[in-house]
Amino acid sequence: MSRESYQEIMAQREEIMRTSVGLDYAKYSTGLLAFDYERLLADTGYDIDKVRQVQSQTAVGNTALVELKNITELVRALAKPGKGARIFVKDEAANPSGSFKDRRASLSVCEAKKRGYEGVAAATSGNYGAAVASQAAKAGLKCIVVQEAFDSHGVAQPEIAEKTRACEAYGAEVIRLSVGPELFYVFLQVLKETGWFNASLYTPYSILGIETLGYELAHQMKDLAGRFPDVVIATHAGGGNVTGTARGLIKAGATKTEMIAASVDLSGLHMASDHDFNRKSFTTGHTGFSIPFTTWPDRADVPRNAARPLRYMDRFVTVSQGEVFYMTQILAELEGLERGPAGNTSLAAAFAIARELDEERIVVVQETEYTGAGKHPLAQLKLAKQMGIDVMRGDPKDNRPGRTIVIPEHPSQIAVVDVDLDHLRRSYLKNAVEQLPEGKVPDHIDIEFLAEETRTNQSYVQEVIDEFGKRG
Amino acid sequence: MTDLIAKSSWVEIQGIVMAAGERAPQVPDDTKQVPLEMRAKGFLVAPASPGDEAEIKTATGRILRGTLKEVNPAYSHSFGPPIPELLTIGDEVRKLLCKDKV
Repeated sequence: MSRESYQEIMAQREEIMRTSVGLDYAKYSTGLLAFDYERLLADTGYDIDKVRQVQSQTAVGNTALVELKNITELVRALAKPGKGARIFVKDEAANPSGSFKDRRASLSVCEAKKRGYEGVAAATSGNYGAAVASQAAKAGLKCIVVQEAFDSHGVAQPEIAEKTRACEAYGAEVIRLSVGPELFYVFLQVLKETGWFNASLYTPYSILGIETLGYELAHQMKDLAGRFPDVVIATHAGGGNVTGTARGLIKAGATKTEMIAASVDLSGLHMASDHDFNRKSFTTGHTGFSIPFTTWPDRADVPRNAARPLRYMDRFVTVSQGEVFYMTQILAELEGLERGPAGNTSLAAAFAIARELDEERIVVVQETEYTGAGKHPLAQLKLAKQMGIDVMRGDPKDNRPGRTIVIPEHPSQIAVVDVDLDHLRRSYLKNAVEQLPEGKVPDHIDIEFLAEETRTNQSYVQEVIDEFGKRG
Repeated sequence: MTDLIAKSSWVEIQGIVMAAGERAPQVPDDTKQVPLEMRAKGFLVAPASPGDEAEIKTATGRILRGTLKEVNPAYSHSFGPPIPELLTIGDEVRKLLCKDKV
């Protein structure tokens, strides 16, 4: 690999990105902050039918929508009379590499192939790496995955170790790194040296690829129950899952469906800390990604993130690690579905939310993921115990990320904690204003854009920005 | 004397990408105190001993250089032992559904 320094490579960031994604993001700018989001997506030339056609070539999508009748019955056993919505899950583990991430990878790899790139590269420690590697294998493209995989003692996160194995099984080269955000520097070096396509999680291709998930589940629900779901819950990290699913629901006509984002609460743990790295039992779907990406999506590895979750979420909730492990166990033992834990974050949220809803209402958990060695509650809890974390049965309210994992004693203890959306909107606007060049104020195009971004109105945006101004 | 590993063996190399004192400014203090380390696998380009500087040809055909660490490195992640805190959950919820067959 080239030996250019961190500073030298970071200075070439924009140029490397432009070459590796093949999109001129600058031409979509419409103001100091604003850009034409819909045109950025539309200019790819992929509408929902075309995406479905591409995905059908590699057996991606068309996964089953399964009613969790026993879990629904358990919810009803705990709920007040007449309460306890029906819960369904979209079994995305049935995709070729075992998760919905195949949808995200499919268009990127298709596009890379079409444009004549020799290979694709992705910076990811999760299911997405396996998805890109799987799609690249089918397309005959080379693939490099750069992972944050182990701490300074050489201890690998078991879930990421499994992803290393999966990527290598698909013939990819895996660069494994210790903890730190300089992973991006290594990734840029790889892109510069190879000249390959950046199969980023955050390009328009990635988000358009997920739209089919929301689109399919809306139609499947209509076929099964005669109507669209009342609630769809998506495990939320970088924002793509929420954004793509919600856009797909809208495209199917399910405009009244409530879109809920759910994350595992990992508050207090630093995402770039070597010490904290193996004290997290979840590698994704947690607040360490979801809060920063919701309040500023453009921190991604492309200039404009096509995942913009604040535009789409109606509600944002968190659950604890112990509650997700408990639900993972229940899904296996009551429904006969042994699935990876991270995707069950939204199932834990669904369990609590369904309890408060009327019986005839329908809640859809929009993904499962494959399970396996390392990628399993047993492996995670074994590591947690090794790291000195107390694992116990008790009240999940006593969960302390990095210190205790409390597995509920009773299913009635499973609850969600609402994240204040207004607080997130204000954080987003604060981050946006900080991007303004010195001495500049947002013009009307920017205010309109920020209102769309925060799903508010122009007077709200102006008011909040004025408040920041007064506070200096 | 360590054994020489044959050319074309499947191996893992390790290297330091950034030394402890050279980490990026935004990195938290505990991470700044340790180097950014890289590991990669591939076929050994020329015979070498563990601990030597060596070149590998990766799965994509790239040549990478680093310290030879392991030969035919194992996937050692596992499920691990059963976790007592999870063992009784199934029975507990089945009882709530009056479906306990025990």
